[in-house]
Amino acid sequence: MTTPLLELENLHTYFYTDTGVARAVDGVSFAVGVGETVGVVGESGCGKSVTALSILRLVRPPGRIEAGSVMRFEGKDLMALDEEAMQHIRGNRIAMVFQEPMTALNPVFTIGDQIGEVARVHAGMNKRQALAKAVEMLKLVGIPAPEQRAGEYPHQLSGGMRQRVVIAMALVMNPALVIADEPTTALDVTIQAQILELLADLTRRLGTSVLLITHDLGVVAENCTRVIVMYAGEVVEEAATSDLFARAHHPYTEGLLGAMPRVGGEKDRLATIPGTVPPPTNWPKGCRFRDRCPYSWERCESEHPPLYQIGGGHTSRCHLAEEPERRQHPHPPLAAQRGATAA
Amino acid sequence: MTAPARADAAPLLSVRDLTKHFPIKRGVFGRVDGAVRAVDGVTFDVAPGETLALVGESGCGKSTTGRAILRLIEPTSGSVRFDGQDVLALDASDLRKLRRRMQIVFQDPFSSLNPRMSIGAIVREGLTIHHLAEGSAADNRVRQLLEEVGLRPEYASRYPHEFSGGQRQRVGIARALSVEPTFIVCDEPVSALDVSVQAQVVNLLQDLQRDRGLAYLFIAHDLSVVEHIADRVAVMYLGHVVELAPVEKLYGEPIMPYTQALLSAVPAPEPGVKRERILLTGDVPSPANPPSGCVFHPRCQHPARDSACAKIVPPLEEKTPGHWAACIKQPPTSVSWDDQRAAGATNQPEFFLPRAALHRSA
Repeated sequence: MTTPLLELENLHTYFYTDTGVARAVDGVSFAVGVGETVGVVGESGCGKSVTALSILRLVRPPGRIEAGSVMRFEGKDLMALDEEAMQHIRGNRIAMVFQEPMTALNPVFTIGDQIGEVARVHAGMNKRQALAKAVEMLKLVGIPAPEQRAGEYPHQLSGGMRQRVVIAMALVMNPALVIADEPTTALDVTIQAQILELLADLTRRLGTSVLLITHDLGVVAENCTRVIVMYAGEVVEEAATSDLFARAHHPYTEGLLGAMPRVGGEKDRLATIPGTVPPPTNWPKGCRFRDRCPYSWERCESEHPPLYQIGGGHTSRCHLAEEPERRQHPHPPLAAQRGATAA
Repeated sequence: MTAPARADAAPLLSVRDLTKHFPIKRGVFGRVDGAVRAVDGVTFDVAPGETLALVGESGCGKSTTGRAILRLIEPTSGSVRFDGQDVLALDASDLRKLRRRMQIVFQDPFSSLNPRMSIGAIVREGLTIHHLAEGSAADNRVRQLLEEVGLRPEYASRYPHEFSGGQRQRVGIARALSVEPTFIVCDEPVSALDVSVQAQVVNLLQDLQRDRGLAYLFIAHDLSVVEHIADRVAVMYLGHVVELAPVEKLYGEPIMPYTQALLSAVPAPEPGVKRERILLTGDVPSPANPPSGCVFHPRCQHPARDSACAKIVPPLEEKTPGHWAACIKQPPTSVSWDDQRAAGATNQPEFFLPRAALHRSA
């Protein structure tokens, strides 16, 4: 990889709640290169979205980014920037596309105003220029009759259109990085296809990097060059997309791939991962996936696995990297042995 | 009228021309001004022990269909027969008796359980209402049901907020099973769940079906889950069933251009395989003002599409044995070429199956 655009090192974001400290992001490191589309996958509660909010420093109390976390973006140390400098980065150099377009848009302003606001704040345009910019952006994201649409309110648009508006808003300043947090989860499959196609086409044309957060491995397979798998606040596996799908190393990744029904796939019984993600206030010692893992042994209880290099930029947080022969002897995971499943 | 049914079994549920129009009211006096045609003439059968999936995008009427069958909302017209009984003619007390045999599992496990009732009380309610068990017999039954859906019996005294989404969905299933139904409407039962938990619930539904001979109407928008669980699939678009076929036929050779587009949009979890896509233009039209003729014609990619498609309402007809579809441009069709020409047709029907619609590599 050339010089990365974004680099996270040992990011810790904790939430200080009444029930204890929730270590939502607990030592996450990865990088995103220029023009690259990187996928972040994992289930609810694994820390994907908090990682995204941390990058933009949008974590609000009781949440806090812990000292010692390093985030470098375009050579700048994001942790060292004051709020004003950070505002210059948000929406300008790093933009965010949220899951639910209805809540990301303000219902009482026209979409032209809202897209234009980005240009007014970040590029100092006047109202007329900003509106012209908004129309141009609406055209770019393929909204028909953009002049007319610019005068409409969010409720007058369909879900797919609203997501286009949110993407238009994100791209106004031609940012270097777009963080898309489940951008198509709330959309129907035919609309999802349109939106992903649009995002891929725009980023290709503009050279934008994308951090695509999703739980859908199909979306990752088609859109990302590299994948980061998160579990219980940590990165548990990282690999080139084709490598991950062909040679998943971490048992959690293996489980996710097996649990996914595929169109055109075999009609076997679906593989499941018994049990659930442990609560973030109380991550288990040793390996956090141990209870749900079909290969775990004593070492997994006592020793927290590091991210092992397993070749070709592929890393995995699993002791199997050192004791691969144990993969030959799967057993029912502890979570399943405990009688009735807990999920 | 012949109906899209499995030939080899007498149907458990027969739905004919089911229609639900929601009136649009305007002004202070609530003057009725048009209607949202949420379900518009839906016909299908469900055989005992069968899973019929109802798929389509948001707003196509699939959930309304499921609820209208159970009379959770009253249909506008049409008929629903369950095991020989005319469901729509039943009075309140007979309907309650019938509900013992027809149950529903809802999508959202967070809003479908009463937060102030313990899990045990939720599962037990049906037993009490239908006088199936009382006292310690009911307690035992509740424990059995919880075990059957993979929950520990001692959870009976806990409350919904103590459980995860997957566990709550198991409670919803136990509640449905408590009255020993033969038919369950599963309304997006796994859509709100993470993939590993989704797999657990899908497996559970399949096990229960095998052990108890349950029939499911499985309402979903996720085509990969549907392919996994369904025997037959009905595709809905704007209140109409536009295609209905056994699962292998529907995924192997989709006939209706809408189904083709829908299948092509499913992301393939094989990196490097860049799928061809049929990208539909525009949005689904409003069901308050559906297009004339074939409801899909403004977005259709069939090369023979012409002005007849905007005039003729395509009948849902059997294209090959067991495979029903509504398209006058996909042969064979009962709408004659003369009739099509009279409606302004310029293109002869011609079979069309784009490669993008196929998921299995030939």
